[in-house]
Amino acid sequence: MTMGNLDAAFAALADPTRRAILARLAKGEATVMQLAKPFAMTQPAISQHLKVLEEAGLIVSRVDGARRPRRLAKSGIEALDQWLGMLRKALEKNYDRLDEMLAAMEPKKKGEAQ
Amino acid sequence: MSKLTLKTEGDTHVVITRRFAAPPEAVYRAHVEPELIQKWMLGPEGWEMPVCLIEARPGGKFRYEWKNAKGQGFHITGELLELRPYSKIVHVERMFLPEQTPDNHVETTFEPDGKGTLMTMRMTLPNAQVRAAMLATGMESGMETSYVRLEGIL
Repeated sequence: MTMGNLDAAFAALADPTRRAILARLAKGEATVMQLAKPFAMTQPAISQHLKVLEEAGLIVSRVDGARRPRRLAKSGIEALDQWLGMLRKALEKNYDRLDEMLAAMEPKKKGEAQ
Repeated sequence: MSKLTLKTEGDTHVVITRRFAAPPEAVYRAHVEPELIQKWMLGPEGWEMPVCLIEARPGGKFRYEWKNAKGQGFHITGELLELRPYSKIVHVERMFLPEQTPDNHVETTFEPDGKGTLMTMRMTLPNAQVRAAMLATGMESGMETSYVRLEGIL
């Protein structure tokens, strides 16, 4: 993924409805009508979210008569791997803090904690 | 030169390892004593853990609540399944964002490693989709700082 696409993917993921759409598509292909149902949103509103997701490279569509069912893009799945790196950064922050705390802890004080 | 490793394993596991300069006893305690947990398990800059309740016994429940200055928050509840001082903790947890996420089964071991400790956390999620969603959620809490970092790169 280029830096521009990565940025678009992060922006697309910042919205809870779009994350929910991705979670739904993780279960399999769905039409706009199927996607709109659980969100109490109009189809144009959902279509707008789908456009953002598509431009971010997270989903793809195909033509099936009058319908255009969406599914997760393979590159979107690969982007999940990139998210690992981000989660890792959040964890590192925790553990760096833990390092500092451990350094400040005196050994052999296990009897103190209640 | 990071000491942390994080990888997926099979369809449903996430395995994290980290080395610490302190002995297993101290690292173990940092995972079961509330006053210690509240000092470090805070995620990105700007978050606090005002509530940290833990019944440190097998079968005991725990609850962690996080808040930031904007008033945003989320919490985790869980149960401790096994506690083996100072070598192993097995627990189940789920997040509330506020919608509840599926259970994450976590086995954490603390092994002596020279003068320090090798900690290994093995998480098991119900299926591959849930694992992907969990990893995405984990990123979400780091999103703000990630954006800052990206701005630094671009």
